[in-house]
Amino acid sequence: MEKKIKTSPLAAWREHLHAGNLAFQRDTATGKPVFYPRVAAPGSGNTELAWEVSGGLGTVYATTAIAQRDKSAYNVALIDMDEGFRLMSRVESVAAEDVKIGQRVKVRIHQPGGEEAPYPVFDIVDAA
Amino acid sequence: MSSAAQNDPLKRGSAALVGVAESDLGEVAEGMSAVDLMAQGTVRALDDCGLTLADVDGVFAAATQSRMATTAVCEYLGIQPRYHDGTYMGGSSFMSMVAHAQAAIQSGLCEVAVITYGSTQRTSGRNAIAQRDFNPYETPFKPLLPASAYALAASRHIYQYGTTREQLAAIAVAARKWALLNPAAWEKTPLTIAEVLSARMVASPLTVRDCCLVTDGGGGIVMTSAARARTLRKPPAFVLGSGDSLSHLTISNMPDLTVTGAKRSGEAAFRMAGLKPADIDVVEVYDAFTITTLLFLEDLGFCPKGEGGRFVQDGTIAPGGRLPVNTNGGGLSYCHPGMYGLFPLIEAVRQIRGECGARQVAGTNTAIVHGNGGVLSSQSTVILGGASTV
Repeated sequence: MEKKIKTSPLAAWREHLHAGNLAFQRDTATGKPVFYPRVAAPGSGNTELAWEVSGGLGTVYATTAIAQRDKSAYNVALIDMDEGFRLMSRVESVAAEDVKIGQRVKVRIHQPGGEEAPYPVFDIVDAA
Repeated sequence: MSSAAQNDPLKRGSAALVGVAESDLGEVAEGMSAVDLMAQGTVRALDDCGLTLADVDGVFAAATQSRMATTAVCEYLGIQPRYHDGTYMGGSSFMSMVAHAQAAIQSGLCEVAVITYGSTQRTSGRNAIAQRDFNPYETPFKPLLPASAYALAASRHIYQYGTTREQLAAIAVAARKWALLNPAAWEKTPLTIAEVLSARMVASPLTVRDCCLVTDGGGGIVMTSAARARTLRKPPAFVLGSGDSLSHLTISNMPDLTVTGAKRSGEAAFRMAGLKPADIDVVEVYDAFTITTLLFLEDLGFCPKGEGGRFVQDGTIAPGGRLPVNTNGGGLSYCHPGMYGLFPLIEAVRQIRGECGARQVAGTNTAIVHGNGGVLSSQSTVILGGASTV
């Protein structure tokens, strides 16, 4: 009989977030990073996906400031992580309009508390 | 193996669009439903070509407000089709349905196909009908979809190619100029580049004037075999080519935000048609946002990648310009009920027939129609031609 999955990809990802880490999967057949987390790898269909913790550094790939009535805009960005996967997030340490493509950023795990699950946000890495 | 659909088994010119109609548009009467508009569009389209419900043996429908849209419109109009299809890939669904209907007609599964759509998103309230999927990897960031996805693509195009907000605004201005020539268009007043730039920001770099309208609307298209098409009331618009491409669902999974699946779907359509961009008389592309028109002009081959901004900035695509684009006024200024794809098909057929009045592009024999679904996710291209092309 086929083995039943005990921990969903989302639950496993969130366990890493609760521990303060941004995790991603790697397709053990092709070596390619996989994000979002899945039960089978895109392209290969391989179900052996190994979890890894990201070093947390990435680069802004695309960015927008979303306007709000009577409040300042908030940022939504796509971040290319150094390990080669991309995710949606926001950059928090500067005004939404001041987030620029190409900026280096570092992950911080946001813990909203209550019922809401933790999720990764980013801060600008100051130029050395 | 290419991941773009190669529709070559379809025979160039084997089927044609013979009847087209819009339902009521803009803001429809209180209590009207999406299926009311589908039914109205269907009977008007049949009337347009002189056929009746009794002739219809294939039904293709999609609507945000009706999960089983094909079943709903069949019940409503009392049709028991031999063949049915409920393709649902967002706004490009209707271009895909043209290819699917052609396949069904060519193989004898049906002879007279209706493609239909309806939406009352304006009168019903957009929030009441939007059923956006919860995505644990995007939803926490409140991405204001779909606008922000297109804003992200625009940010990347600006970064890579030096495209300017003024160039994007020129697309909205061109659409408005066309709309002013179309009595059915929602927008009735002129628009300037300065007005686009100073309008309320939605998601930078896009203001509300870079974004499509929120209207009601629907319509119908009747397709049949080339042989039967020639016996009907109006000049047929033959299907010369088609192509599809699915590149992603969510914007965070789009491989390159400056290159859409229109490149693949367009190449497949041009190959099947045996045509190239220079052979096309009018261009009808899904303009959900100004950036989508720009990306599709590049990806369909009307200008090189990265040159879209400079291509549109001097009125090239406006009335009187070198390349007529979105001659009905588009989703930006004519009508956008949520899944706009049926409307550029209707306009292309009318241009080929020569029945567009003040906005008619003289001597139109060929039209390319390009649909977009989701967040640049599903792309579908159809090339149509008049009698001289087959």
